[in-house]
Amino acid sequence: MTEILGVPTQALFGQLLIGLINGSFYAMLSLGLAVIFGLLNIINFTHGAQYMMGAFAAWFLLNKAGIGYWWSLLIAPLAVGLTGVVVERTMLARLYKLDHLYGLLLTFGLALVIQGVFRNEFGASGLPYRIPEELTGGYNLGFMFLPKYRAWVIVASVVVCLATWYVIERTKLGAYLRAATENPALVQSFGVNVPRMITLTYGFGVGLAALAGVMAAPIYQVNPLMGADLIIVVFAVVVIGGMGSIMGSIVTGFLLGIVEGLTKVFYPEASNTVIFVIMVIVLILRPAGLFGRER
Amino acid sequence: MKTFKRSLMAAATAGVLAAGSANAQISDGVIKIGVLSDMSSLYTDLAGVGSVLAARLAVEDFGAAKKGMKVEILSADHQNKPDVGSSVARQWYDVDKVDVIVDTPNSGVALAVNQITKDKGKAFLVSGAASSDLTGKACSPNTIHWTYDTWMLANGTGSAIVKTGGDSWFFLTADYAFGHALERDTEAVVLKGGGKVLGKVRHPLNTQDFSSFLLQAQASKAKIVGLANAGGDTTNSIKQAAEFGIVKGGQNLAGLLVFITDVHALGLPTAQGLIFTETFYWDMNDQTRAFARRFAASNKGIHPTMIHAGVYSSVLHYLKAVEATKGDDGTKVIAQMKKTPTDDPLFGKGSIRADGRKIHPAYLVEVKKPSESKAPWDYHKIRATIPAEQAFRPLADGGCPLVK
Repeated sequence: MTEILGVPTQALFGQLLIGLINGSFYAMLSLGLAVIFGLLNIINFTHGAQYMMGAFAAWFLLNKAGIGYWWSLLIAPLAVGLTGVVVERTMLARLYKLDHLYGLLLTFGLALVIQGVFRNEFGASGLPYRIPEELTGGYNLGFMFLPKYRAWVIVASVVVCLATWYVIERTKLGAYLRAATENPALVQSFGVNVPRMITLTYGFGVGLAALAGVMAAPIYQVNPLMGADLIIVVFAVVVIGGMGSIMGSIVTGFLLGIVEGLTKVFYPEASNTVIFVIMVIVLILRPAGLFGRER
Repeated sequence: MKTFKRSLMAAATAGVLAAGSANAQISDGVIKIGVLSDMSSLYTDLAGVGSVLAARLAVEDFGAAKKGMKVEILSADHQNKPDVGSSVARQWYDVDKVDVIVDTPNSGVALAVNQITKDKGKAFLVSGAASSDLTGKACSPNTIHWTYDTWMLANGTGSAIVKTGGDSWFFLTADYAFGHALERDTEAVVLKGGGKVLGKVRHPLNTQDFSSFLLQAQASKAKIVGLANAGGDTTNSIKQAAEFGIVKGGQNLAGLLVFITDVHALGLPTAQGLIFTETFYWDMNDQTRAFARRFAASNKGIHPTMIHAGVYSSVLHYLKAVEATKGDDGTKVIAQMKKTPTDDPLFGKGSIRADGRKIHPAYLVEVKKPSESKAPWDYHKIRATIPAEQAFRPLADGGCPLVK
């Protein structure tokens, strides 16, 4: 068997695929962040908590209402997105005229409160959520065993990411949104209800986080802290990709998942720092990020 | 005259009080117990607030109030960071006049607090941390390691598995003091039993995704994948190992440190058949059951882990020693604790060795099938009891300087 740096190539393929799967979570989460930042100029630190709420919503739906995974994929993002709408209307809307820092502090504080409440209620060990019947088991690819569920995650997230990118960059609705962020007054004068559009955008971004949460529930424990560690990594992804760049955050998400996966083979101890090392290098060489425009 | 008499009496009372305190030597009149634990992260449920509750129950059961002893319980979150844990410990000892620190899961933090406690001449009762170094090269006249340690886990689970044919291992190890100690102690047991270690991978503490590591374990073709981690890391590894078909592929998992709260979090369908070692299970006799009921009632139904039981038992024994020595000088109380045999409702009769190791039996348990479980938290069946004198590392082998 051929080897690269002492690792059999077959094993390497497996690791690349795993990296891609983790990358799909990074991509989905950073996409939501990028949409919110690009269109609202809010650095949404509550994103991790909203991802966690998505997973909890799925757990509640299953255990309290008997609603399974597939419906949860629809209902949980809607429900959590609705809480996002409430947050935007009651709190965030007051901060648009102020410095970024205020939005950051508000959302960060909110994340701490939400996580604290969930931890108090459900403990830190997490709750079990089983993989749906249809997706148990897996495929033997020869070089690795690929669980069906992971294959589904990768496909679903690529579809979701591309659809979002398409809506924002290629449709009329997306054009309104982008125009509204450049010059809200002008767009409003054409009769477009800008505040409502902004609210729905935030709700959509939050819904994306919740969707990622539902998809993560069967893989990880449904845990109040599941978003807390992830969010920092995802922010690094957004910074590397370029703040506000939609395609940038998708591509970077997948890319960094792969880099992290490879680190886990060659030097596992560094697997939770490698992304930040890359961030530092990127910020030194290209301060606007890989796909960002200098403003 | 009357006033004179009264002031004389007052003076006499004061004299008695002064003499009393000179004898009793309880610093500032209060025994302060500091529960230093993980209150916010992956070890919260297996120690955390439950440990504070266990300490409180011990103080109640000791009858401190009736005996006229004032006992106060403080708690703090060390966030699994040795530097945070150290600064809390210093603050507690120097400013808040804390007399004893208990619990402290996370071996990294515990080893740091162990040194500080020794320097300050206070007392440290470890229930949560696992590294066997606490009674080995880092042993201290001010520390007692109560509930379990990595040697005991390795010896209990490791040797049972090697004996039943699990002779080639791959380790998934949490990359800090605890994981390293557990891996080292288990590897020794495996090699001694004629087995071999085919590989190991060190993952950062509090990792979410284990698939990459599991793939490496799968590729190693080892019969046993040993999980030298704990808490959320263990539950995530087990859950994802099931997803990747590790067990279906003919490999077996060895959870080297599993707590009942982990089993609860995984659910029996995923956790069934796991074999591991613990020193306390709530459903062993009437006394443990009574304790568990009381504990669960004030802890949202969460039943006690062996760490909680250890906190209870160690605080109880500590208070007895304070009563006997009439003082709270750390070094003296620990010496007294080592001298007296232990006896409590949860661990029964036991003793404490010169190196600070508390000795009691250990149990090799297997997680029940969902069909075998009759009630919530009815999770474990005991497969074997390892007698106290065999459960822990022999006194001479630890390299503790206190053992002559």
